[in-house]
Amino acid sequence: MQINVNLNGTEQSHDVEPRLLLVHYIRDVAGETGTHWGCDTSNCGACVVWLDDVPVKSCTVLAVMADKHRVTTIEGLAVGGVLDPVQQGFMECHGLQCGFCTPGMMMTARWLLDHNPNPSELEIREALSGQLCRCTGYHNIVKSVQWAAAHPATVGAST
Amino acid sequence: MQTPRSFEYERATSVDHAIALLERLGPEARLVAGGHSLLPMMKLRLAAPEHLIDINPLVADLSYVRVEGNEVRIGAMTRHAELLASPIIAEHFAILTDAEKVIADPIVRNRGTIGGSICQADPSEDLSAAFAALKASVLIRSGTGERLISARDLHVGPYETAVGPAEMLTEVRIAIRAGSGSAYEKVERRVGDWAVAASGAWVQMSGDTVADAGIGLTALGVAHFCSPEAEAVLIGHAPTAEVIAAAGAAAASITNPPTDQRGPSDYKRHLADILTQRAITRAVARALGRN
Amino acid sequence: MTIIEETTSTTATSTTATATDTAALSPGGNPMGFGRMLRKEDVRFVRGKGNYIDDVKRPGMLHGAILRSPYAHARIVSIDTSAAEAHPKVRAVITGATLEGLKLAWMPTMSYDTQAVLATDKVRFQGQEVAFVVADDRYSAKDALELIVVDYEPLEVVMDARKALDPGAPVIRDDKEGKTDNHIFDWESGSKEATDAAFASAEVVVAQAMLYPRSHPAPMETCGMVAEMNPVSGKLTLWSNTQAPHAHRTVYALVAGLPEHKIQVICPDIGGGFGNKVPIYPGYVCSIVGSIVTGKPVKWIEDRSENLMSTGFARDYHMKGEIAATRDGKIVGLRVDVLADHGAFNATAQPTNYPAGFFHIFTGSYDYGAAHCKVTGVYSNKAPGGVAYACSFRITEAVYLVERIVDCLAAELKMDPAELRMKNLLRPEQFPYTTPTGWEYDSGDYPRALQMALDIAGYAELRKEQAEKRARGELMGIGLSFFTEGVGAGPRKHMDILGLGMADGCELRVHPTGKAQLRLSVQSQGQGHETTFAQIVAQEVGIPPEDVEVINGDTDNTPFGLGTYGSRSTPVSGAAAAVVARRVRDKARIIAAVALECSPDDLEWNRDRWSVKGDPSQGKTIQEIAMLSHSSLELPDGVEGHLDAQAVYNPPNLTYPFGAYICVVDVDAGTGQVKVRRFIAVDDCGPRINPMIVEGQVHGGLVDGIGMALMEVIAFDDAGNCLGGSFMDYLLPTTMEVPSFELGETVTPSPHHPLGCKGVGESATVGSPPAVVNAVMDAIGVRHADMPLTPAQVWRAMQGRPLRTDLAIE
Repeated sequence: MQINVNLNGTEQSHDVEPRLLLVHYIRDVAGETGTHWGCDTSNCGACVVWLDDVPVKSCTVLAVMADKHRVTTIEGLAVGGVLDPVQQGFMECHGLQCGFCTPGMMMTARWLLDHNPNPSELEIREALSGQLCRCTGYHNIVKSVQWAAAHPATVGAST
Repeated sequence: MQTPRSFEYERATSVDHAIALLERLGPEARLVAGGHSLLPMMKLRLAAPEHLIDINPLVADLSYVRVEGNEVRIGAMTRHAELLASPIIAEHFAILTDAEKVIADPIVRNRGTIGGSICQADPSEDLSAAFAALKASVLIRSGTGERLISARDLHVGPYETAVGPAEMLTEVRIAIRAGSGSAYEKVERRVGDWAVAASGAWVQMSGDTVADAGIGLTALGVAHFCSPEAEAVLIGHAPTAEVIAAAGAAAASITNPPTDQRGPSDYKRHLADILTQRAITRAVARALGRN
Repeated sequence: MTIIEETTSTTATSTTATATDTAALSPGGNPMGFGRMLRKEDVRFVRGKGNYIDDVKRPGMLHGAILRSPYAHARIVSIDTSAAEAHPKVRAVITGATLEGLKLAWMPTMSYDTQAVLATDKVRFQGQEVAFVVADDRYSAKDALELIVVDYEPLEVVMDARKALDPGAPVIRDDKEGKTDNHIFDWESGSKEATDAAFASAEVVVAQAMLYPRSHPAPMETCGMVAEMNPVSGKLTLWSNTQAPHAHRTVYALVAGLPEHKIQVICPDIGGGFGNKVPIYPGYVCSIVGSIVTGKPVKWIEDRSENLMSTGFARDYHMKGEIAATRDGKIVGLRVDVLADHGAFNATAQPTNYPAGFFHIFTGSYDYGAAHCKVTGVYSNKAPGGVAYACSFRITEAVYLVERIVDCLAAELKMDPAELRMKNLLRPEQFPYTTPTGWEYDSGDYPRALQMALDIAGYAELRKEQAEKRARGELMGIGLSFFTEGVGAGPRKHMDILGLGMADGCELRVHPTGKAQLRLSVQSQGQGHETTFAQIVAQEVGIPPEDVEVINGDTDNTPFGLGTYGSRSTPVSGAAAAVVARRVRDKARIIAAVALECSPDDLEWNRDRWSVKGDPSQGKTIQEIAMLSHSSLELPDGVEGHLDAQAVYNPPNLTYPFGAYICVVDVDAGTGQVKVRRFIAVDDCGPRINPMIVEGQVHGGLVDGIGMALMEVIAFDDAGNCLGGSFMDYLLPTTMEVPSFELGETVTPSPHHPLGCKGVGESATVGSPPAVVNAVMDAIGVRHADMPLTPAQVWRAMQGRPLRTDLAIE
């Protein structure tokens, strides 16, 4: 089936099987491998991307469901070659170790700050509660999001 | 990573179109909305529909929470996150807001729909008990018209509903009743997990007396997710500690929860009791404006 | 770059600590050595530009998938692959019979047992590998699995380790000639006589049986491989997310009879390991065979269920502990009897001479003379493994045992558990200290660490709050643990894996401009090696850390070594890096002396340069010396040009980090739900190369511990079904079950490590579970209940009927 997806601002057109999962479309067909997968049961959130403007678990969405929609992944988070404050915050506060859950965490964090620029610690924890990290114990992920909230202007290094 | 079997994909452009597709494609066709119940089953290859009818294009028609007359109507394609964020729901049916906070996780709630959840009829699903407590109705459309049935009658058994093979649940309706309050109490092993057990209570107060009540029970092996026995204990009485305790005991008495890795049967039965008591206590407080 | 101060940390530094002066900054704004430095590797990770195993793509690459047994124990009557082979996108179907022809149906494990690659005779655990399909794409490979028809004859199962040695129990390993039972090994440590004598005269003896249930490391990235055999050159290239690339290469060479120089193992970025990625798994061997058979690169990536059901689990220790003490609380002896469930194949990855790992460190952090333990290993119809999940080779089980039973003793004596611990902790003047089971703890100041934890917690106030709450019927608990870890395996004369001594190589190459490359044998899975090892070089030889590229994970381009697990990177490889850096510094001194026309003895080292004693203006920086080393400068006889060095570091002993942890919980008396309110962790791992990274390691381990204590378990029903085979049932903590942490630090350097550093990667995973369990038991007033303390388990414990957590709940 032919689908047209706006991936990170670029129109893409591909012929895919209806059963192809969005995460596999992004990674294997479109070739953007920054989005990961870590489970098969919608629990881990390593695969979180934005479908239109809403974070979803792309392992539980069919690629054909993204036809004529916008998909934003970690590769689309930096704007104009400048890191998003969330990306900068994760670096500043050691919010990642192995880096596997990180793209999904950052996509949700950006969405949270877009809707709630000054979240409390509890609000940050609630927003990220559908995403698992095995390395950081979440402590520094929370701090990274707080850092990004405290530095809303784009401060990042260029990519 | 697990992957589904092949299927034919259709995209519905209207409710009528979806129903026509169901009629044409037969029992091996399934509707998919948020997909967060069906797609994991398909990835595990425990479900393998030959045809998948995508109703996400119907969001414009079927995603809404609105007041009509003396009832609130919720479109079947309303996503969990939208129900959670709805000020109408928070004002009238706190039990739903309580329940939505503990359904899966925020990202799943962005995609999963309330219609998809209650039609999955998982015995551990939270909204079914909440709607049962609220004595809600559901609207079911077919090629020949529509019918309104009680949410309690929607559930025929585990993973079985009264929705026929060529029918589609399109709306949930809940009456707004003055002087009422509601609450939902759930124990889960971890945030995002299915309920070990949960209880929802709705009460309508008349002065100091419970005029009407609904008790919903999740993952406790009760028919139709509700406990008329506990409701009978409450109705017509002041909600004293003794009456609430008796209602909790009545709720627990009808449960038949399975022993599984979420806990043994005796523990779940105990939870039915204590969570029902807690839910009633909070529902009464809310009804009396003592939240 | 902005430096964020960690406001919750408290630090005490021993007067004997090595200098960690971080005043000077490099041109890149980084510390010229130890200190907080942002990670170099993050630059790619935050952009989604990491390169993990499933990101590897090769031209013409095919995809493999494994058919697994639905039974825990069954004889294979027949396998029909014809329909799968007829699938238009299938390129090969490999079964045990195929592998038998190649003599690859069985492979050696890291414990000198054998393990089936693909089952030939029978399957021995649910999820065991039965057939391997290679297809054009991963969806088709999965489709083809459904076309393979296997006729099984189910057999009686052994799911309860406590019944594995019953007479008449089904024999799981009938493939082993003459095997008539499920016994693997018996192993003892300590003096039975001395311990029996101590118990015979003891005033108080407390016994407690406890299970450390089977758990799983469950890194966010599952295991996988891309195998590519070049049919022309005969070179086999393996992209593999292994924690031990060099050891794996050697094992492949030995198993497959392939020449070792024709095998290259390349580790891409690894999405977490925790010991899960140490063993060799059948899927790796199948991928290699798949590539040889098809002549194409073959990628195989596990599902999450495959990861949880078949790869290296952790723990599964059934322990009976007894502790002896005087009435006033002086411990005099400890003895332990352990039943160790190793699953269907004995595949634990641990040093050869240590069948129970380092469990004999169970004597813990206390001063007493008599200890004895006996461990019996058995087979069961469960997945193989056992040493994983940041366990420091079973020290996590040992620490759990001693810290739990010390709390049981405190309860028996009606003594405060903090007071009991303080009374028995080893004193600073006792180090180096030899334990009753023969381990030499290198250094420590235990009372100081415990006191710091008590101070941060506000222990007296917490006890007061607890008493007030109890009076109101509210349940609050305070749990302590004190652990001694042993990491950095290890001295080569004692420790090897499959005959490979546990020493690690390192190479430092300084380019003419003074930029450098450091080549490591160990392999990061998120620990930040690219940063910390550059800091070691900066500290020792004054090259800014941004000028040091750290290379790991490519066997063709790094020296041999045993890899990263058991917190061994800093204790072993970190020492090797310090040694090579010092060799470069020593050589630089000779070159500088020639250039400055003086004797090397007249020079002194000052951060990044050799200069004339008493005249700092006369000196040469390391960068200048690097260029000189390549120049026409005439060097003394026997001194070669260039500034490169290599070393192999054979550690003289383990390092022994330690810590004091305090957990505060609230328990819902009605439902049994546990809320971890606070967690205080004081860790001593010697000087910290990068405090930010060390704290991150601690945070992660604390959540591991809370997870194991409260929710993580792989149980089985009596038919042999795995009840923890997905993340819906194998529960990992989320943001909501854990608090932000309160950390403290003391610094007691290791006397034998060149930098004084001790490993820290597993400290918190080892130390935290007993603190959580002790807190919950303290809250509910129950002597013991086994992990995980789910709401159901806590409630049942309060009823006096705790559940058995390794089997299906009844």
